[in-house]
Amino acid sequence: MDINLKILRYNPETDRKGHWEEYSLDADPDERILDLLHKVKWFDDGSLAFRRSCAHGVCGSDAMVVNGENMLACQVLVKEVSNPIKIEPIRGLPVIKDLVVNMDSFFDSYKKVMPYLINEEEPGERERLQSPEDRDRFEDTTKCILCAACTTSCPVFWTADTYVGPAAIVNAHRFVFDSRDNASKQRLEILKDVNGAFRCRTAFNCTTACPRGIQVTKAIEDVKRETLTIN
Amino acid sequence: MKIIRHSFDGVIVGAGGAGLRAAIEAAPHMKLAVITKLYPTRSHTGAAQGGMSAALANVEEDNWNWHAFDTVKGSDYLADQPAVDILCKEAIDSVVELEHWGLPFSRLENGKIAQRRFGGHTVKEGEAPAFRACYAADRTGHMILQTLYQKCVSMGVTFFDEFQVLDIKIDDGVCKGVVAYEIATGDIHIFEARAVTFATGGFGKIYKVSSNAHSLTGDGPGILYQKGIPLEDMEFYQFHPTGIYRLGILLSEAARGEGGILRNKDGERFMERYAPSIKDLAPRDMVSRAIATEISEGNGAGPNNDFVYLDLTHLGAETIKQKLPDITDFVRTYVKIEPIDEPIPVQPTAHYAMGGIPTDVDARVLSDAQGSILPGVYSAGESACVSVHGANRLGTNSLLDIVVFGKRAGQSMVDYVSSTKPYSLSDNAAEDLKNKIVNFMEKEHDPNFSVPKIREELQDSMEENAKIFRSDETLTEQTKILSDLRDRYDNITISDKGKVFNTELLEAIELEYLLDMSDTTVASAQARKESRGAHSRVDHVERDDQNWLKHSFAFKNGDSVKLDYKDVELGNYEPKERKY
Ligand SMILES: Cc1cc2nc3c(=O)[nH]c(=O)nc-3n(C[C@H](O)[C@H](O)[C@H](O)COP(=O)(O)OP(=O)(O)OC[C@H]3O[C@@H](n4cnc5c(N)ncnc54)[C@H](O)[C@@H]3O)c2cc1C
Ligand code: SF4
Ligand code: FES
Repeated sequence: MDINLKILRYNPETDRKGHWEEYSLDADPDERILDLLHKVKWFDDGSLAFRRSCAHGVCGSDAMVVNGENMLACQVLVKEVSNPIKIEPIRGLPVIKDLVVNMDSFFDSYKKVMPYLINEEEPGERERLQSPEDRDRFEDTTKCILCAACTTSCPVFWTADTYVGPAAIVNAHRFVFDSRDNASKQRLEILKDVNGAFRCRTAFNCTTACPRGIQVTKAIEDVKRETLTIN
Repeated sequence: MKIIRHSFDGVIVGAGGAGLRAAIEAAPHMKLAVITKLYPTRSHTGAAQGGMSAALANVEEDNWNWHAFDTVKGSDYLADQPAVDILCKEAIDSVVELEHWGLPFSRLENGKIAQRRFGGHTVKEGEAPAFRACYAADRTGHMILQTLYQKCVSMGVTFFDEFQVLDIKIDDGVCKGVVAYEIATGDIHIFEARAVTFATGGFGKIYKVSSNAHSLTGDGPGILYQKGIPLEDMEFYQFHPTGIYRLGILLSEAARGEGGILRNKDGERFMERYAPSIKDLAPRDMVSRAIATEISEGNGAGPNNDFVYLDLTHLGAETIKQKLPDITDFVRTYVKIEPIDEPIPVQPTAHYAMGGIPTDVDARVLSDAQGSILPGVYSAGESACVSVHGANRLGTNSLLDIVVFGKRAGQSMVDYVSSTKPYSLSDNAAEDLKNKIVNFMEKEHDPNFSVPKIREELQDSMEENAKIFRSDETLTEQTKILSDLRDRYDNITISDKGKVFNTELLEAIELEYLLDMSDTTVASAQARKESRGAHSRVDHVERDDQNWLKHSFAFKNGDSVKLDYKDVELGNYEPKERKY
């Protein structure tokens, strides 16, 4: 089928601001949006820049805005979006070139919530025990691939980039609800802060955007509720 | 082009499971940098699905000797047995350590780590399939990568994210550092470091249909090969039986471990004919050959008779949801099939490099087949060949390999750094890379000599001539094609002349590594006149222990390949006929 692809291009070495460019392509309806970007890059304009690696929705490289919505370009097929297809970089982070944004502040927010297991007790020679029920409490948030689709779909984040954002809260949730972790209190203190979980206005954009199907808004609500249990 | 200098004791190239595990070991003892062309969490370790083996005996009786037996037999007796013993013995503590660092393994009712069955893993040396693979649903690699990265964050490890290493500096046989390209700026960075570990992963992108990421282009092995370091056992490349038809996206062996069945166009469970005792759970080389044979005999399904079915319909919705959520999602997303109701079209997909940079059991890189050591250079993970996988890797043994030998690489770096003094590098160290880049920038773009064209021909022809079944004829043909592609590569051009995020430039440089990987694969395969593990010659169908119980070492010799050989280290298990 014929596809009309519009890409918001920006090259810091030659452009003062972004501009749309159009490409007409022949595509199979079963192809991924990522395949279209490759067609442009490989057979039309080699300078088109985007991140990608795994090509099947597990590495989190290629979150972008496709027809107004955040998604992974490798996880959506041509037949699932309407033609013309408009592609832009994710919003709220500085654009480096074309569809590539600077992720530094995103990873800084992630690191703020202490995203690692903290437990000073001697664990012994074998594994710590954890019941399947306890394991299930944080199953959903272990799936995060740090793609930033949630955070960059959040209207609060667009206006206040000091907000830690949904992805960081998801990663805090993963440890707060892990029965093996002892530092929930410290994490919840951080998330009680003005730039923490209570900034969330439950817009639900993040949940819709998450390519891993994580119930992001619910995770944020869980964390908010939990902060009320510490004094 | 700016040149920026850094001084470290040690540098780790790659932040997948192997690189991160090495970093955790080395970071407390030296000034260390981890350099990675992808953000660490984008590494392909995150795509691993099914599990990581260790004889924890949480479900049934097990011990590491049985694991070792299975690994050696699975390798078609080409693995070095002392290395296999280390892998299987250290497996148990490695899994426990990951759990202590927070890895959210799936759990049994009694709270212990859950274990499942996987191809080629048995109890009592072949009696029955073993529950040995520790797992976290079907995203075990994701959890390993996240946990190791989290541990590095907690330790404050220094990362250079989206920096691509493109050169190593070895003077008079000692390592002095690496040179990297900063993707966001186009600047060149010289990293002084007397200990360097390559953990750059595999090179599945030499084939057209692959489970590997776009980024898996063999950079580490390529960089060293171009400096005269040999590559070991390159003829052994693993094709995983169940890639999604045409796309190659992996559907883990865990699907068969949980009871999934392969069927041909008539619905027949054909593995009963090829491996009567463990059927669908035979090792990958056997299952992939069985599928290729079914297809060539006209038993494949579809209008072109070119795929078979993976049938999960009898597993029940609950097992699928609990144990195989991700792979069933892939099927829904990319094939629009509901695996609970319909069998899935699959075909073998290029998956895992058994070969790579030769190392000893302490991850030290060998510079020849006689076992000489290249001081200060280490490799671990899929880029390395220890060899623990021999001619065919068992499923779940790679996630194990990356943590066991990643740790050993870190320890070796510590030993080396504590007993040596720093060297310095001058700005001249950047010269070779700078010239390479300037050359690309100055040469006018000619679409007939573009990266995608040559790469596509490379992948198509490797798929055609050097895949599951090979012969002298197909390999001779492929040698000719590769030499023609190499000639064209010498005139390759790019259109993007910019500094910022010039991924066209990087794809052009990576293409040379892909050519190196293909040359060594084909030359090693052509020389080996026997069939063993993943290497099946239709003109030499038998295994020949008399002449070929040895590892190949492929050296660069101008534009061709020179081969040498090293005997396999045997141990408890004498080579026997491999039957399942
Ligand atoms: C789909 C899939 C499923 C799998 N499932 C399993 C399983 O269930 N069990 C199992 O045991 N094994 C499995 N495997 C195999 C296993 O996952 C891999 O072999 C293993 O994860 C490789 O890890 P690594 O650390 O060596 O490399 P990778 O994780 O691939 O990491 C490579 C790193 O090197 C970096 N890099 C590469 N080149 C450069 C350069 N030039 N400069 C700087 N950095 C560079 C990359 O950025 C990356 O960080 C699977 C493999 C695939 C593809
Ligand atoms: S929660 Fe979902 S959308 Fe947000 S970073 Fe993680 S995977 Fe991406
Ligand atoms: S390329 Fe990995 S998530 Fe899309």
